[in-house]
Amino acid sequence: MNTIRFLLQKEFRQIFRNRSILVLILVMPVIQLIILPLAADYEIKNISCVVVDRDHSPYAQQLISRISGSGYLRLQATSPSFDEAFRLIGSDRADIILDIPPGFGRNLIRGAEQQLYIAANAINGTKASLGTAYLSAIIREYNSDIRMQLIQPGRYPPLPAIDIAVTNRFNPLLNYRAFMVPGILAILVTMVGGFLSALNIVKEKEAGTIEQINVTPIKKHHFILGKLIPFWVLGMVVFTLGLTIAWLVYGILPRGSLLVLYGFIAVYLPAVLGFGLLVSTYSETQQQAMFVMFFFMSVFILLGGLFTPVDGMPVWARAIVRLNPVSYLVAVMRMVILKGSGIRDILPHMGIILLFALCLNGWAIWNYRKTS
Amino acid sequence: MKQLITFIKKEATHVLRDRRTLFILFGMPLVQVLIFGFALTNEISNTRLIVVDHAHDAASQQLITRIAASRYFDIEAQAADEAHIEAAFRAGKIRMAVVFPAGFHRQLLQQHHAQVQVIADASDPNTASLLTTYLSAIIRDYQSELNAASPLPYSIVPVTRMLYNPQLKAAHNFVPGVMALVLMLVCVMMTAVSIVREKETGTMEVLLVSPLRPVWIILAKAIPYLALSLLNLATILLLSVLVLDLPVRGSLLLLFAESTLFIITCLTFGIFISIKTSTQQVAMLISLMGMLLPTLLFSGFMFPVENMPVPLQVISNIVPAKWFYSIAKSIMIKGLGFGAVWKETCVLAGITLFFFIMSLKSFKIRLA
Repeated sequence: MNTIRFLLQKEFRQIFRNRSILVLILVMPVIQLIILPLAADYEIKNISCVVVDRDHSPYAQQLISRISGSGYLRLQATSPSFDEAFRLIGSDRADIILDIPPGFGRNLIRGAEQQLYIAANAINGTKASLGTAYLSAIIREYNSDIRMQLIQPGRYPPLPAIDIAVTNRFNPLLNYRAFMVPGILAILVTMVGGFLSALNIVKEKEAGTIEQINVTPIKKHHFILGKLIPFWVLGMVVFTLGLTIAWLVYGILPRGSLLVLYGFIAVYLPAVLGFGLLVSTYSETQQQAMFVMFFFMSVFILLGGLFTPVDGMPVWARAIVRLNPVSYLVAVMRMVILKGSGIRDILPHMGIILLFALCLNGWAIWNYRKTS
Repeated sequence: MKQLITFIKKEATHVLRDRRTLFILFGMPLVQVLIFGFALTNEISNTRLIVVDHAHDAASQQLITRIAASRYFDIEAQAADEAHIEAAFRAGKIRMAVVFPAGFHRQLLQQHHAQVQVIADASDPNTASLLTTYLSAIIRDYQSELNAASPLPYSIVPVTRMLYNPQLKAAHNFVPGVMALVLMLVCVMMTAVSIVREKETGTMEVLLVSPLRPVWIILAKAIPYLALSLLNLATILLLSVLVLDLPVRGSLLLLFAESTLFIITCLTFGIFISIKTSTQQVAMLISLMGMLLPTLLFSGFMFPVENMPVPLQVISNIVPAKWFYSIAKSIMIKGLGFGAVWKETCVLAGITLFFFIMSLKSFKIRLA
């Protein structure tokens, strides 16, 4: 017990002595948490539309004014030819083209079926699907209004219509930031813990100070615990800072219990730190440790369900997601903060993370050699 | 000149001798591009939902069958009442619930009007709106089939064409972005430690007393990594085309030239970090923790830059990956020529020049 106390004293002193690192790990996450959620906005609202009006009938004019008044689409320009509109798409100034063919109005009042052409820039598939869905909805609405005008009442029987009443549970205003802030906080806590612990042991190796530890009677698990506990405390501090910012800047207060949230983080941090220490024991130089951590961290972040949904991934990628500790943290943060899930809801997640923590730290202790 | 070549040789030997790091530097970006190229998609499939059917009639059953048959939805359970929905949402088991009221079919036939209730888990707002769009489409299809017996006159039919990417493959959007992200971070991290490591191990003193000029030291540090990065780039491009099925519609030569410029930008930026910092740890925390998320978010391949608030759009302009992403997309997917990307090229060249001059200016030839 005494050994650990001395080790902790040493580690804490090293952390507090290196001011630039301390500032870095406290300030950088705070700044990122304030700024990044503003950038991570996927509400697709600025879809620019170009209309190629080759008809110039009053019907075409009416349709165009519907589009500009819709609020979903931004009428960027009307252009006389498709080629010119296509150039606007090529230079990213427009996302979607509506082509009204000549004779559109004339054919329409004759009662014949009349086609309109939509072309969307589909490099970003989501934007293209949503844009065409919006545009089609506007056209459909316009179409049914035209019918009301043109058809004499009573000639056709009313048709059955299904009304779809949508409730957006937990986030009725579809506020994207409420969704991103807990996720980004999860990533930042993971990065602080992961990078610091990954650099730590290998730094002692590079500087040669590890020799001095190796010749002392310090047990291997004491050594690892001595590294683990200070970073665990730092991780908790960063997490608390992050929650405060989420509340002060974004007005996000957890709906569920703070105790559940802290309980999960308390188990989660040892898992991440254990992973970092493991990388550290395998690496020869800090550069190696950093590159390996970059690799895993990018996989953890991009395959963690933070930015893209896990449901759409191929089966093998979903298997990686299940081995990814970050995916559990992101899920739990969102469940507890946004949905108010309780301890019983997150118990399965907690069990898996506990297993990760035990395995990774056990592995790190096993792999740390006191002889070179 | 001869000194420079000797010095480059020394640096290259350093890089080549460390087999393990070399293996990591070379293998890692390839694996990343492969994993992300296949796994990243915005598409949603197999979403689990709960159906509460109070109607149990022909119309509700037909609709449920259609929902179950759609590749977007998997029916998790058919619950007897709404009480289960809330608990299932909280446990994260479902993302959506559909409720058919009693007498659904009768209302549809007699009053020509019936309501379906759709409850979406909007804690993920974008998925929620996409899912509601998909579900509405299924219901509308069903409705128009009911109406197919009596077609209406005065119909307008939109015919939709998806440009550049007719199958809506997510890879077309994500692979150029992943390339930008991986190249940027790997290149910055490679040079970010290069000079500061000499400071930490004390060998910097030797360099400073040698007749080498600072500009040569910087060049010699960067050139071996440039060669390595170009090799990396060639393999990444090869993989994207052969394995990920990405087109290169524009000129391959232009793409390679632009990528080289981007790599040089990142290497210079790394050198600048290396000159400014005093320990490897700080250099790496800045180049990794400080840059990973900002590069990911500001390059615009995850989140459209035009959605961001104006100050952030301004900030995004200093992220080199944003410009390269735009260049790579224009050349590879859209097949445009230099005329379409000269502006981005100038910006990248400008950033490079800026960091190069700043590096030279901050290079201290005396020990602190």
